Amino acid sequence: MISCEEAVIICNKSQYHEATFFERLKLKFHLFICKTCSKFSKQNTQLTSLCAKAHLQTLTELDKQEMKAELLKKR
Amino acid sequence: MVEHQLYPETWVDNYADYLFNYAVGRVSDAEIAKDLVQDTFYAGLNSAKNYKGDAAERTWLIAILKRKIIDHYRKINSKKGKAEVRMSYSANHDSEGDWLEEQVADPFSILENDVIENEELGLAIHDCISKLPKKQAMVFKMKTIQGIGTEDICKELAINPSNLWVMIHRARTALMGCLNKNWFNI
Repeated sequence: MISCEEAVIICNKSQYHEATFFERLKLKFHLFICKTCSKFSKQNTQLTSLCAKAHLQTLTELDKQEMKAELLKKR
Repeated sequence: MVEHQLYPETWVDNYADYLFNYAVGRVSDAEIAKDLVQDTFYAGLNSAKNYKGDAAERTWLIAILKRKIIDHYRKINSKKGKAEVRMSYSANHDSEGDWLEEQVADPFSILENDVIENEELGLAIHDCISKLPKKQAMVFKMKTIQGIGTEDICKELAINPSNLWVMIHRARTALMGCLNKNWFNI
């Protein structure tokens, strides 16, 4: 039996497809008996799908460094 | 009323992603969007003395970005092809006849709203990310948006994996709370 702390870590990992099959099995079992974690898991999955739906875009850190450097030059 | 102030040295960290997302939604090209954001910051610096402080910093920058996007479209339209009238409706000429009917908007379509809603969602998420502590925000963005592998992030930021997962967890929990407040209960 795994603890809630472990379950949460596995839940987060599985949002990025980084949980092993055995871990996911343990999580499934835990969610079956733990209401709090299953609520958390549901919201966590929802967040993942929201992020996917929004097609989020960011600049890379390198781009930002360049931008900062350019801005400093202008001041 | 609280007077707003400009802090140009924090612009890139605080608003670059938000503005970038906004611009990408309108010009659909990452490189052009990047240039537009950069131009916005330049213009912001140049007209900082005209800033009266009645709008928040980000609102003010978005207003500049909007002008930049309009300018961008004016520029590409003023080049060649301006007087060109595109008459051919489609490549296959068999479908001649009912093209007007095909142009009419489908009143039952919900797809148009989806695009608008997804863009607003993107901005809402960026808004929430910008409220996170800096390092958490960085880890979350690298992992979720740029899709960089755990190992690579750990190497780049010199942290260990369990450290990373703790940060991811805190970021995600904060984002869930923030989105529940700002997105689901409008």
